[in-house]
Amino acid sequence: MQFDPFVIPFNIGLNFILIYAVVRSVRWFMDLSRADKLRLQRGFFGKSFGQSLKEIFLESLIHRKILKTNFRLGYMHMSLAFGWFLLIFFGTLETDIFGIRHLNAPYKAIFFRFFNPDHGRAGFEAAYSFLMDFLLAFILSGLLLAVIKRFSSRVVGMKKTTRLKTIDKVALISLWLIFPSRLLAESFTSGAYGTGSFLTGSLGSLLASFLPAKEMAYPFWWLYSLSLGTFFILLPVTRYMHIPTELFLIFARNSGIRTGDQVGAFSEIQTYACSSCGICIDACQLNFSAGITNIQSAYLLKGIRNHENVSEIAYNCLMCGRCDEKCPVGIELTPIRMIRRRAEVREDPYKSIWKRYFPDTLKIIPFKQANRQVYSWLSETEPATTDVIYFAGCMTHLTPAIKNSMVKILETSGVKYNFIDRDGGVCCGRPLMLAGQDKEARELINFNAQTIRKSGAKTLVTSCPICFKVFKESYYLGIEVLHHSQFIKQLIDEESLKLNFLRKKVTFHTPCELGRGSGVYEEPREVLKYVARLQNTDYDDANSLCCGGSLGNMKINNQKKNKIARDAAFELTKCNPDILATACPLCKKTFSAATNTKVADIAELVAEALIIPQSEKNISDTHLKIKEPVII
Amino acid sequence: MGDFGFSLLKERHIDYDANDKSIAEYIYDREPSFRLCIECGCCSATCTTGNFTRFSLRELQILLKRGENDAVRENIMKCMLCGKCTLVCPRGVNTRNVVMLAREAFQKGLTYAI
Repeated sequence: MQFDPFVIPFNIGLNFILIYAVVRSVRWFMDLSRADKLRLQRGFFGKSFGQSLKEIFLESLIHRKILKTNFRLGYMHMSLAFGWFLLIFFGTLETDIFGIRHLNAPYKAIFFRFFNPDHGRAGFEAAYSFLMDFLLAFILSGLLLAVIKRFSSRVVGMKKTTRLKTIDKVALISLWLIFPSRLLAESFTSGAYGTGSFLTGSLGSLLASFLPAKEMAYPFWWLYSLSLGTFFILLPVTRYMHIPTELFLIFARNSGIRTGDQVGAFSEIQTYACSSCGICIDACQLNFSAGITNIQSAYLLKGIRNHENVSEIAYNCLMCGRCDEKCPVGIELTPIRMIRRRAEVREDPYKSIWKRYFPDTLKIIPFKQANRQVYSWLSETEPATTDVIYFAGCMTHLTPAIKNSMVKILETSGVKYNFIDRDGGVCCGRPLMLAGQDKEARELINFNAQTIRKSGAKTLVTSCPICFKVFKESYYLGIEVLHHSQFIKQLIDEESLKLNFLRKKVTFHTPCELGRGSGVYEEPREVLKYVARLQNTDYDDANSLCCGGSLGNMKINNQKKNKIARDAAFELTKCNPDILATACPLCKKTFSAATNTKVADIAELVAEALIIPQSEKNISDTHLKIKEPVII
Repeated sequence: MGDFGFSLLKERHIDYDANDKSIAEYIYDREPSFRLCIECGCCSATCTTGNFTRFSLRELQILLKRGENDAVRENIMKCMLCGKCTLVCPRGVNTRNVVMLAREAFQKGLTYAI
């Protein structure tokens, strides 16, 4: 029996973490809703199993997404995760092939060199120990980057790195100690016996030349085992919990489980799956434009994990979704923030030591609301029956050029339509949702939905992406909901509209709620290509910037808002376009104040380019007579 | 005091003994831009709710600052938080947050205590 007391810390740690991971997974599974449980079962024993394995290999080990965004950072993560995995994998094989018997306890693979110091002198054995040395060198190169990153994050191409809590630092140090102590322990042992390959062998013989290698080796084997044990035991209470959680998350996501707007086990799993890598911090405009550095998603999730009061963090966010796009783990950060906004503010965060270091499930107490109707004063309306409803939205009423252009387009196309909020309508409910007041929002949604249903329309067109998103996701109308850019695209395809070409250079700003929020990228661009020369910017489509005027942020002050708007407008007008086009009244209003370039909505450009058929030129509609000074 | 034949109308009285400025203080602490308001009324002019009722954010802000909270408590829930007032405000008052904080303060049942 090969055994030595120094393997005990490692064994305790390993057994603890394995049992913990199983118990935690079972608890998460039990906490899932009934439908999600079925989904996960089907996903686990179905087709998506292979998909999950592939994703685990590519994302958890190779870290493909981080490699794509930032090579040096990706290399750091890959060398630690993939390198360690390979070291364990080949170490186990090594023990199986060269050890005294097959099927060994895990510790024999980890401390192989200690128990078989004579191994690796020649032939295949030497080649194998070369491989093991190579893997160790691979990990150590990544570790070197990690240490440098802690002190100067710019080296790995990151502007900011996350701040850590004390226990995270302890875990980080024990993680850092693992591989150097393995290197030294193996080197001393190799030096004493004259074995080892290019790394441990040469370092070993060098050390053995002036140190008593045989006696020195033993303490380092203890250190190696201790740092492994400490790391495993601290893992559940630190950010390194993301390692086991991510596996669970990948299976759950590939089974089709989504956050939605419900509090539940899945949002909790995502909270623990965050590795605090800090990529969301670099993506955040509040960070690089406004200089607010404590509210990014990594900090939100960290606060939730530590049972802190995060309501300030949750509300100080533009909800633009840039971090969702960039997150290498694929956590749905904005929905989690929305859920958090609805939670009650706790005055005294839980401080019990047990709760702090043995985290329980993250229960969210919903905001207690008075059970009375707030908008009961809304009087019912009787809209005329029609095919198409045009809902301008509150913001569009602040930018009348857009709604007048839309009226012109609708009139010219000959569609039978009803401008439902011509004289000012009721808000769509999305701003209330963003403010965490779902019950009130539901009242407005019910009111609007009734009005729309009464009109019997087949299509709802809206000019405001904020309304568009809520109509699509929360109204359940059962009719076609279109943003005006999509509707205009349809009209052009049907040849209901004839357009001139405007000979202008245009850049397009994708509004957050339309692009990342609702996934409409193509239609606005195609419409613009009909009427003007569209130029690309550095911030197109999914990478688009937020204008800063977002209704998502309740806390930001006016100066910082303007700073974000100016920075974004500067980036978008770098190629000196004649017009900065957008598809959102809020973006238009914010950008107009932030740049000298003319800002116009897609609808305005199309209305300007419109060829009005001869027979319809004498229409008596007042809106057609209004000549908007759209283009200079 | 002699009777001059004139008297103050009841609704013009501002009774500073009965007024409770705790809500206003709560908002000042958390949203300093509340102090910037010049009571111009742009917010009320553009208000979505104001289109249907006689809800006026300008009026509510004045009442809050004066400490006459009863009328505010009644009316503040009518706001739809659509954010037009924030956009048109010439002084850059974050009016949405003012409304949110006022609701929060009423919900917590703040009194003179703070």
